[in-house]
Amino acid sequence: MNEKIIKFVQGNEACVEAAIYAGLGFFAGYPITPSTEIAELLSVRLPQTGGKFLQMEDEIASICAIIGASLTGNKVMTATSGPGFSLMQEALGYAVMAEIPCVIVNVQRGGPSTGNPTHVSQGDINQARWGTHGDHSIIVLTASNHQDVFSITVDAFNMAEMYRTPVILLFDEVVAHLREGLTIPEKGALDIVDRLKTSVKRGVDFHPYLPREDGRLPMSDFGGIHRYNVTGLFHDMWGFPSSDPKVVHGLLRHLVDKIENNVYDISRYKEYFLEDARTIFVSYGSSARSALHVVKNRRARGERIGLLELQTLWPFPAGIVREKCSEAQCIIVVEMNMGQVLQQVKTAVDNPDKVFLANRIDGELITPTDIRNIMRLIQGRGV
Amino acid sequence: MERIRMVFSGSGGQGVITAAVIIAEAAVLYENLVAVQSQSYGAQARGGATKADIIISDSEINFPKVNNPNLLVCLTQEAYTQFSPTIRPGGFLVTDTYYVKTHNKVAARQRELPMYQSVMDNIGKPVVYNICMLGAVISMIDIVRPESIMKVLESRIPANLVDINKKALELGLKLGEQYNK
Amino acid sequence: MAIKDYIRERFFPQMWCPGCGHGIILNGLIKAVEELGLNKNDIVMVSGIGCSARISGYLDFHTMHTLHGRALAFATGIKMSRPELNVLVPMGDGDALAIGGNHFIHAARRNIDMTAIVMNNRVYGMTGGQYSPLSGYGTLATTAPYTNIDHPFDVVDLAVAVGATFVARSTTYHIRQLTDLIKKAITHKGFSVVEILSQCPTYYGRKNKEGNAYEMMELMKQTTTPVGSEAKKQNHDLIETGVFVETDKPEYCTEYDKIIERAKKDN
Repeated sequence: MNEKIIKFVQGNEACVEAAIYAGLGFFAGYPITPSTEIAELLSVRLPQTGGKFLQMEDEIASICAIIGASLTGNKVMTATSGPGFSLMQEALGYAVMAEIPCVIVNVQRGGPSTGNPTHVSQGDINQARWGTHGDHSIIVLTASNHQDVFSITVDAFNMAEMYRTPVILLFDEVVAHLREGLTIPEKGALDIVDRLKTSVKRGVDFHPYLPREDGRLPMSDFGGIHRYNVTGLFHDMWGFPSSDPKVVHGLLRHLVDKIENNVYDISRYKEYFLEDARTIFVSYGSSARSALHVVKNRRARGERIGLLELQTLWPFPAGIVREKCSEAQCIIVVEMNMGQVLQQVKTAVDNPDKVFLANRIDGELITPTDIRNIMRLIQGRGV
Repeated sequence: MERIRMVFSGSGGQGVITAAVIIAEAAVLYENLVAVQSQSYGAQARGGATKADIIISDSEINFPKVNNPNLLVCLTQEAYTQFSPTIRPGGFLVTDTYYVKTHNKVAARQRELPMYQSVMDNIGKPVVYNICMLGAVISMIDIVRPESIMKVLESRIPANLVDINKKALELGLKLGEQYNK
Repeated sequence: MAIKDYIRERFFPQMWCPGCGHGIILNGLIKAVEELGLNKNDIVMVSGIGCSARISGYLDFHTMHTLHGRALAFATGIKMSRPELNVLVPMGDGDALAIGGNHFIHAARRNIDMTAIVMNNRVYGMTGGQYSPLSGYGTLATTAPYTNIDHPFDVVDLAVAVGATFVARSTTYHIRQLTDLIKKAITHKGFSVVEILSQCPTYYGRKNKEGNAYEMMELMKQTTTPVGSEAKKQNHDLIETGVFVETDKPEYCTEYDKIIERAKKDN
């Protein structure tokens, strides 16, 4: 028998297993379709590991609670869907400003508003990037199958610690609810980044917002030996509010640079048959499954077609997209919205006129047939 | 192997989704195969039409939904009317004589089985109806063994219910084989 | 220890207006902490947004200045993670009961062991004198130029109704009582609410012709009476001060520890 633990689970459960693998200690959430299984499963699993699960009065309280819990040294997560994600935006900005590691899962449903709760959509790409107000940068990750959901969730926790930032996991209803096999990696098989804690001794001044030379900011747990202030206002190295133009400028630049300067380290993607591909699909999440289906069928017939599957959506890996698509005659972005990643790809490549959209926005998973029909139209062959 | 695409359809409470999860899980955990299972969600968890998709293969499955099943199970008239036109030519169309009156000719092997009646006559508990249906299904596709189904069931249900589930599975197997000749 | 051992002198002078009652609350709070002999490392203070919320920055505890209305939600995450810490949550009236009303009632309902201090000056001071849910019918504010038609909450009645297990009220005039009530609230195991009537001479006092800080505090003296007093029976308009509720109910973090035990046993 195989030593590895294999499970047959929903994508939401893969996310839960990965979060626990990564060291999750605290979860707060509010029930909302199609993310609810994450909360339900964690209410069972977290106390078994000594962690804490909390069902809050709303999504605002949920994200606030995890930010508080993170400050005490916990790895934390919340999970929601569109309406709840909208409510979380203000506190998301707080976590950006105060540089507090946390992971926010948004299992996307159709929107706007209550929208299409039990059906698939990928309409929150730009909200994840720009939902909270003000200039900032943010990390947004996604995946198309359960093994990748697992590894990208672990990545999300690692990046949250590495860059002291909220990380958004943007899944979709199909991946969340689909059941398929998942192999739980052995302990130690995936790297885990732990909280970087300050080495400043008791009684010596600790500056919570003074970056080290490598740009990282060691933390000190609330309740520990260093007492400091945390605020959503622009603040100095002590965490005390400041509107000094130099302080404001320096902090905003730091918040953006710490992510944008590391775009290559943060970028996760998978490539299929790109070497000689003349037609390239760019896709992500469950729509990448349909795109890959088409690629494999067409390859079998000798067509030079490939897929670039994005797992990091923000910061947008423009350099990677440009490089991978440089030889393509036709780039087709496959997604379930009205062209949110399409716009990024058009900006990234040398010739935006060769970038097309294959989409579906009716709450159903885009099918290989849909993609093939759209390809025929692009090629001028009719349906 | 030929990739097998199945759809189980019926009404809420008949256990078609549970049955779909069990067969797919058995394929992954105990047959070393690849499988995916999905279902259509509505706001109502009970009652109404229910449909579950299962794909079983020996290689990676990308597109996870089933448009044209090789094997279609319809356990209500409504499900039969809605889904029977989608059957892949040459596939199995499984219905229950108690719930479904078949009318249209499809290019499929129609299997009209008295599953509900057999469960009520032999076991008397409708709760294992879906397991009887699974027995019939695995007798036709022949890639998931009954003992694999039982292993999954044993991990999911209380020990005192294992026996009647086993009985229901065997009943289904027998029915399936009988009508498969 | 001296007062200055509890403050961050680096960040003084504080930003409150001359005559503001919040400095008195700061003083009473420090006295309470000192008299209880609490270790500064064991205290977390979480505040929201508004004049009241700035109190956290001046105190040498673990301090978190959060979002408008959400202090209790942040504090809940901290307390659940580190139940051994004393969590103090000072809030303004709009902060606690308008935008933060939902978190207020649910934190009380859970009976999580924290101390909520409502610094009630009946006005949004930071934004320049708009009416709050506690301003009261007939008052004037920069957004109630023709008088306010909103009826106010009674913070004490609300806290009692939603399950707070310690509920008290004082004023900045009654500095000794204020200090004692905060001490009791911190010591109480469960969700404690202390409402402290505070004066805002800059906006509320000026708009409503209540005079300067001294006169406003004099008015507090005249319009309040100890809970259950004879004077209240004679004059229903008097505002009672003191302890209204002090009861025992299973505390949230303690209960969750039992959940962990159960989960570990079942696993």
